[in-house]
Amino acid sequence: MTGSTPVLSLANIHKAFDGVIAIEDFSLDLYPGEIVALVGDNGAGKSTLIKMISGVYSPTSGTVRLEGDEVSFADASSARSRGIEVVYQDLALADQQPVYMNMFLGRELTKPPFGLLDKERMRQETQALVDELDVRIPSASSTIRDLSGGQRQGIAIARATHWASKLILLDEPTAALGVAETARVEELVARLRARNLAILIISHSLDQVFRLSDRICVLRRGQQIGIRKTVETNKNEIVSMITGVHAPA
Amino acid sequence: MTLAYQKLKSFDLQQGVIYIGFLAIFLFFALTLHDDGFLTSRNLTNIVLQTAPATIMAIGLVFALSAGEIDLSFGSVVAVSALSAAVVMQHFPMPVGILAGLGAGLAIGAFNGALVAYGRLPSFLVTLATMGLFAGIARTMTDLRSIPVLNENFTGLFGSGKLLSVPSLVIWTAIAVGIGHIVYRNTRLGAHVLAVGDNARAAQVSGIKVARVRLYVLTLCGGCAGLAGLLYAGRLQAAKYTLGESDLMTVIAAVIVGGTALNGGKGSVIGALLGSLLMGMLNNGLILMGLDVSDQMIVRGLIILLAVAVSLRDTSR
Repeated sequence: MTGSTPVLSLANIHKAFDGVIAIEDFSLDLYPGEIVALVGDNGAGKSTLIKMISGVYSPTSGTVRLEGDEVSFADASSARSRGIEVVYQDLALADQQPVYMNMFLGRELTKPPFGLLDKERMRQETQALVDELDVRIPSASSTIRDLSGGQRQGIAIARATHWASKLILLDEPTAALGVAETARVEELVARLRARNLAILIISHSLDQVFRLSDRICVLRRGQQIGIRKTVETNKNEIVSMITGVHAPA
Repeated sequence: MTLAYQKLKSFDLQQGVIYIGFLAIFLFFALTLHDDGFLTSRNLTNIVLQTAPATIMAIGLVFALSAGEIDLSFGSVVAVSALSAAVVMQHFPMPVGILAGLGAGLAIGAFNGALVAYGRLPSFLVTLATMGLFAGIARTMTDLRSIPVLNENFTGLFGSGKLLSVPSLVIWTAIAVGIGHIVYRNTRLGAHVLAVGDNARAAQVSGIKVARVRLYVLTLCGGCAGLAGLLYAGRLQAAKYTLGESDLMTVIAAVIVGGTALNGGKGSVIGALLGSLLMGMLNNGLILMGLDVSDQMIVRGLIILLAVAVSLRDTSR
């Protein structure tokens, strides 16, 4: 990885809400094609960090660089236009609409001369994408609410993949899923590596973190405890970093 | 066979009930009222003419409900816009009157919409309040007096006129339904309306301007009610504060029976047209059957209740 420019580079990020410190001196470089897990207890600052990267909050101080350029996102739309996509915990899908309209939600394709929706092209592109990513749904025209939880998660991730050119943020992607569906979603996330996207994943499941990630970044009460390469650490170390309690040797 | 099964499975009762109900009631009246002239082309045309204002209001309401909002004020808007047009045309040429009528509707709609979108107030309460407010204003505008509309261009354009032997009210209905249907089904605005009503947060994080969509749909409701007011004034050759007073239930019933979800995210302009025609047909058939007004109200209420029950049955699964 040395030698390539980080997709996203966070340096000395501070965030305070009305003087209460939420994130203190956080630095992290994300490289294309790698999956970094962000772990920590509730209230450790994971969501705040995600919201700063996705443009919902702006840091109190510190710099955010996107492929080397310093950036400051005014809102989530501007982060999105720079190639950063978020898969929210609630998935942000419109349940009564077909899959293809969700895939293009807010970015619908139109055709000349009257600027009417190009439903056929949206449907085809959606079908091609879900086939390519092996998200198994009956069809691109299926209504979201007729799909299972795993299929919905697959759609949300496929949508992010379609639009992200640089980075995908995944917030607890399998929290609501069963075992088999979790495995399928993990396979899907792992396949995104090959698309040269950087992926930052929040997860409470350490098993999942160890299965998926290349590196693990630990937060505790707004402080960055450390970053470990997944192959060079173990659960005990990560747990003690999360909790601050050293496991008996 | 699998395709047929899939089609059967995807048949949506809520969307489909209108077609069945429409046919059933049509056949019922056609058979029972055959000798009373239900099937004559004059009677059938009459139904379309009478329902034209309600159909146009229904189109606006399809957009509002689909976006998760509601408009209860459109009946009062009808009166204000008809009176505005009539009063203005006493002193100014017809185009100014038309602008006054439509402008009044759009302005009230935008007022509702701004309170909902930017004042963050629930549309049910905002339009409940403005329904009363503008009903009152309609009464004071002319001290309860009826204003005659004598401009023949106006009454031709919005009432009794014909183009190539097609009545103007039919043309207005066709134009409104056509445009409404295309905007609803085939434009980004239509898609955004559905997205906002389906999941406002998802729409928001997808970059859709949720507040603007809410403003638009309520403004559209006002505009549709404004046009409906012009049609009433044209057909009756007069404007009065009572215009539109009794349309609230009819229009809401037409829209719901037509397959539009009360809680947003789903609807149909064509369904609303059929729903509106269904209400007109009921009205017409019950009169031909010789029911007196109180019996008509009871029967109509029961039929609407039944239709609404069927069309809303499966939304809460």
